[in-house]
Amino acid sequence: MIQGSNKNIIFGLYNDEEDLLTAVRAAQKNHLEIYDVYSPFPVHGLDPALKLEESRLHQAGFIYGMLGTLTAFLGMTWVFVKDWPNIFGGKPYWSVPAFIPITFEMTVLFSAIGMTVTFYIINGLGPGVKNTYLHDRITDDKFCIAFDTGDVSTGEAEAFFSTTGASEVHSKTI
Amino acid sequence: MSAVVSPIRKPLITGNKTYHQITEDLISPTEKTPTKEWVLGFVLSVAVLTFGVFCIIWTIWVGIGSWNLNRTINWSWDITNFVWWIGIGHAGTLISAILLLFRQKWRTGVNRAAEAMTIFAVMCASLFPLIHMGRIWLAPFILPYPNTRGPVWPNFNSPLLWDVFAISTYLTVSLLFWYTGLVPDFATVRDRAKGFRKKIYNTLSFGWTGSAKHWQRWESLSLVLAGLSTPLVLSVHTIVSFDFATSVIPGWHTTIFPPYFVAGAIFSGFAMVLTLMIITRKLLHLEDYITIEHIESMNKVILLTGTIVGVAYLTELFISWYSGYVYEQFAFFNRALGPYWWSYFGMMFCNVVAPQFFWKKSWRRNITLTFFLSIVVNIGMWFERFVIIATTLARDYLPSSWSLYSPTWVEIGIYVGTFGLFFTCYLIFARVAPVVAVAEIKHILKTGGNQYVGENAKRAHHHGDHESDHH
Repeated sequence: MIQGSNKNIIFGLYNDEEDLLTAVRAAQKNHLEIYDVYSPFPVHGLDPALKLEESRLHQAGFIYGMLGTLTAFLGMTWVFVKDWPNIFGGKPYWSVPAFIPITFEMTVLFSAIGMTVTFYIINGLGPGVKNTYLHDRITDDKFCIAFDTGDVSTGEAEAFFSTTGASEVHSKTI
Repeated sequence: MSAVVSPIRKPLITGNKTYHQITEDLISPTEKTPTKEWVLGFVLSVAVLTFGVFCIIWTIWVGIGSWNLNRTINWSWDITNFVWWIGIGHAGTLISAILLLFRQKWRTGVNRAAEAMTIFAVMCASLFPLIHMGRIWLAPFILPYPNTRGPVWPNFNSPLLWDVFAISTYLTVSLLFWYTGLVPDFATVRDRAKGFRKKIYNTLSFGWTGSAKHWQRWESLSLVLAGLSTPLVLSVHTIVSFDFATSVIPGWHTTIFPPYFVAGAIFSGFAMVLTLMIITRKLLHLEDYITIEHIESMNKVILLTGTIVGVAYLTELFISWYSGYVYEQFAFFNRALGPYWWSYFGMMFCNVVAPQFFWKKSWRRNITLTFFLSIVVNIGMWFERFVIIATTLARDYLPSSWSLYSPTWVEIGIYVGTFGLFFTCYLIFARVAPVVAVAEIKHILKTGGNQYVGENAKRAHHHGDHESDHH
């Protein structure tokens, strides 16, 4: 993640995701610590190459969903059994089958909203967020590996980029 | 590392695009000054929308009496239009969610526009029950919140309330799904823009950087939202069908309604996607992204769902005869041969007969025929809802209260006005956002396997040249 922390970043741009994957594996092999990798679309095989843990977002989604299930089901139960008991068509106050559609909808609603909001918060994204972008073509057709010059020296990085076939090398302070 | 080469699959995107070419093709329509066609369409849409708004204000000012509903036919154009628009709103989520789970990669060419269409169609749909309430300012009463009126709660056992929850959930989840997909593409627009435009798109893109971890979470989120949307989209039209199926009206209270309504919704939704996509691909020159293959695939879905709907119509007729129940038999006799026979035959022709043209491959791939039939299907699906709602109510249990119905100018105006709303929204969308999902298209570019563009291209595979010769 890019944050305003006065880091000196040196980054190389590749033209194809296959080159990016090869380069990432080479960096791992040479024990060069990668600061981050940027791409215009999700590159498959990148997560294991970078040894990224699987996202736990879906687990959070499950918890939000359960919260929705309970809110809806217990809420309707409380209203119809305790707060304002009413007989509809001779059926019992606690008419569980009739609660299922709303319980389902609320499960989906809570899970979707919860996950989406969590997604933006943990990524540090949102309206009005000002990030420093390394290069304009990362969202177009370039695949970028970035090193923090605190971890990897400029010389090492440049040597790495030239051997792995980066098309451009730049540096930027962020 | 060699890319996957499939000799069987045709590329999903034609024209041997590079990543940069995709960006150019898909982003540039948002950067140019609007075309004459766009301006003309926009002015027309806004004019129609304005008339619709006028008719809605008229309804609220004068009251529901300005409509031609009566004691017997107390639901008609409004609910017909509501169900019709909701049905159209099903294709977007079907394409983006169900086809994502089924790994149908061709969906990426059309999912963005179809999702946008979904959202606008649901907006049009939800207008109708709101204004039909009569006192629209009391609309918040349908939500269960603690209040000083007792508290008085809504009836959680009522399918009409289930509808409130289903449709508001559907609208919200569709919006989240759609916008999260748009964020990386807004970032692409931002990085090409300058000045004030850059600021706007920076806000819209939420500061997206394209970091590997963000993409990983983005994919995880998309997949789970797709998984949630799949049962959701099926539940929405199921619940809409409960509005009728749980009643005691012959012709309405049938257990076949949920699957029959869902199939009908997909049917009409795909027809509307085709109508819109055929125009969009032509005007924005997207023939390489929305290909004949897409049109053919969607026509197959139309053929399948149209036939399912046809089977449902015949099953209904059979069951009403087989039930031995005179009121049920009369309801269907009246539907087919009563005063509204023309709408029944219109429905049968447009929904059951017309799609059968698509058994023939060359007709499925014929754009003019597809465009024409997609409009026929939409008309047919409107007739279906009118048949179910108005003709059933017109002949109820008491012959003394039998009635007929024709809409007033206000009702027609509101319906026409929703087209204004729909197309105004769609045209704005097509101006400010890429109508094809840019990042997702880049992701599937190499499905054909022969479009590897990198430095190692020559070393990686020679199959690529081989493969492209076949096409």
